[in-house]
Amino acid sequence: MDKNQSRRQVRLMRQSLFDQGFLDEQFIQLEELQDDSNPNFVEEIATSYYRDSYRSLQAIELALEKTPRDFSKLDSYMHQFKGSSSSIGAKKVKAECQQFREYCNAGNGEGCMRTFQALKKEHATLKKRLEAYFQMARQAGPIEAACRPK
Amino acid sequence: MESSFSSPRNDSFPAGLRVLVVDDDPTWLKILEKMLKKCSYEVTTCGLARDALNLLREKKDGYDIVVSDVNMPDMDGFKLLEHVGLEMDLPVIMMSVDGETSRVMKGVQHGACDYLLKPIRMKELRNIWQHVFRKKIHEIRDIESHESIEGIQLIRNGSDQYDEGYFFSAEDLTSSRKRKDVDNKYDDKDFSDCSSAKKARVVWSVDLHQKFVKAVHQIGFDKVGPKKILDLMNVPWLTRENVASHLQKYRLYLSRLQKENDIKSSFGGTKHSDYSSKDLQGILSVQNSINIQQNDVAHGSYRFSGNNLVAQNADPKSNEGDIKGIVSEPVAEPKKGTTGNIPDSQKTRSSQMDFNSSYAETQKGLVGNVPDSQKIRSSQMRVNHSFASVESEVNLTAFDSTIPATYSWNKIQLEKEHKPLIQLNNGFSKPQLPGPQHHFQADQLQSIPSISSRPSIPGGDVTGSSKSKPSYSEYTNHHGSHVSPTISPTISATDSFPGQTKSCVVDHQLSETISTSTSNMKNQGINLSTDLESAQRNLILGSTSPFASLDDEFQICWYQGDCYGMNLELQNVEFSEYTDPTHVTEVPAHLYDALRFEYPCDPSEYSVLDQGLFIA
Repeated sequence: MDKNQSRRQVRLMRQSLFDQGFLDEQFIQLEELQDDSNPNFVEEIATSYYRDSYRSLQAIELALEKTPRDFSKLDSYMHQFKGSSSSIGAKKVKAECQQFREYCNAGNGEGCMRTFQALKKEHATLKKRLEAYFQMARQAGPIEAACRPK
Repeated sequence: MESSFSSPRNDSFPAGLRVLVVDDDPTWLKILEKMLKKCSYEVTTCGLARDALNLLREKKDGYDIVVSDVNMPDMDGFKLLEHVGLEMDLPVIMMSVDGETSRVMKGVQHGACDYLLKPIRMKELRNIWQHVFRKKIHEIRDIESHESIEGIQLIRNGSDQYDEGYFFSAEDLTSSRKRKDVDNKYDDKDFSDCSSAKKARVVWSVDLHQKFVKAVHQIGFDKVGPKKILDLMNVPWLTRENVASHLQKYRLYLSRLQKENDIKSSFGGTKHSDYSSKDLQGILSVQNSINIQQNDVAHGSYRFSGNNLVAQNADPKSNEGDIKGIVSEPVAEPKKGTTGNIPDSQKTRSSQMDFNSSYAETQKGLVGNVPDSQKIRSSQMRVNHSFASVESEVNLTAFDSTIPATYSWNKIQLEKEHKPLIQLNNGFSKPQLPGPQHHFQADQLQSIPSISSRPSIPGGDVTGSSKSKPSYSEYTNHHGSHVSPTISPTISATDSFPGQTKSCVVDHQLSETISTSTSNMKNQGINLSTDLESAQRNLILGSTSPFASLDDEFQICWYQGDCYGMNLELQNVEFSEYTDPTHVTEVPAHLYDALRFEYPCDPSEYSVLDQGLFIA
């Protein structure tokens, strides 16, 4: 029962991540890659992503503080960050990345700053949600196979 | 082994496909690795482009296909793409999160087989084997057509047609080939590695490339054809297909360089001053410098627009001094980098094949006077190569010799011998390869003294041929004022020197060349205005000794950026003394008089020998 409840919980959590736009199709791709030889593949990828992205975010933050702002450099950092965020299907984060790049192209420093704050927020929120999800999934047991969202 | 593909076993094909994945994002690397493994492919991952090139070079036949990201910190993906295409002739798939049409177009232009957008679906990866298979088919077709053509069925109207229209012929023959490869030539060429067994890929070593370039020059670029080249090269195991394919690439390389040059030509004065980055620069910069405005540099005025050493003046001018030196050819073309490298300074680079030939071509031109910058085109990086070849031709037309040095960098596995003269460094070196490059220089520098006599370019003996008197006059430094013969073996600069290993090779050569060049310089009277643009120019020449012997060696002054100027002042300067590179910078003024070719051998910076050319 507990297990069942846990599993149900996991399913719901997962579903809401998609429904609320936190994750996209890529996440499912990762789930499909998970198998017996890599039972925690998705979690490993998420961990790897968060580790690397922290560094990227720090670099961007530093670059933003410099004046005058080097927009092309910022754009290039963000491009990379976007690519990396696409690896786990971080949908909202990617959207903020795109917004940031647009501001960069326009040379809008204020816009960049604002977007960056929003981006960090999304990044952190997703992290919490994923952590909770993975934890629950582990508790629920390995049977928790991903159901394809509609 | 050709992997299971050479003889695909239907049941397991395409399992076992050996894929090399290059991406600076570790998360993506993990994902791609997992995806490819799920497709039953054999995966090798790499976080750096340089490492990837090393891996590819070490195991020439160890991979079937390369999948690479476009944006990487150490080397532009397009450059890598070019390198791989030139050196290894493997299919390359590009990836990026950016799907802009212009980027995709660029990828295709640089030779990518496909361009995938991130996030990548597994089903997209599953089908990458088709690119490998397609290439093989083309190779086979090439061989077959070749054979049939050669054989009795010379349907094609004679060998001329065959040579030039080989590709077309092949098309005809293999009517089944319905690919709409627009350029048959290119298509076929790409698969050039069809060796007899259709298995082994031909490795275009520096030597071999040198021979190739030389042959191309001898024939005349417009009249060139695979058969003629093959005959001239006299390499028994090489097939016409191999040559045809290589020629195609070379042409691409040249055209890229040319574009770069065109852009660069505006440099005239050596815009290259900052070669640092781009690989090609070195060589091309020469162009600018070659323009040598200075006057005598006439010879030198290689205008290497952009990448190619545009040896413009072939000498007729003989400026007062008679710029013999070989104008440093396109010294580091400023970034233009051919394709990938060069134009973006990658262009040339990518052509990995450092087309020496480009030089060679240049040389040809040089002789005549101002070889067209086009020749230089491919060079940018490859200039290195060309130098070697250039040397022969140029004899003085000033541009010749200089370039040899350049090739080495890239691909050219120049083995030391290479005429060190051309150290292409010019600007090129700076870029990227700080690491490998540097040590080359060191190596080279050391070797320089020893080389003194003609550093024979290991490859096709390039050195011998052209070196003769490179009237370096070209080395004019860029802007004219300083003639700093920075002959920096820009080995790597341009294109980020493919793999370190390669660069090393180059270094050697460069150093060698430098030494040789130095000697030549002497003869030539290279006036290298010492004004070496610092950083960029490293006079590889460093050692003085070689001068004398180098006679032929051209001084490859590649100014990387600075060079252009070639202060023609050098013209009359003879390189009688090579002092150490460090000197060079200081002596701008008196350089002119005597070829003080001081090479600031500063391995760390490739100073580009702008001056390189002195007018003897």
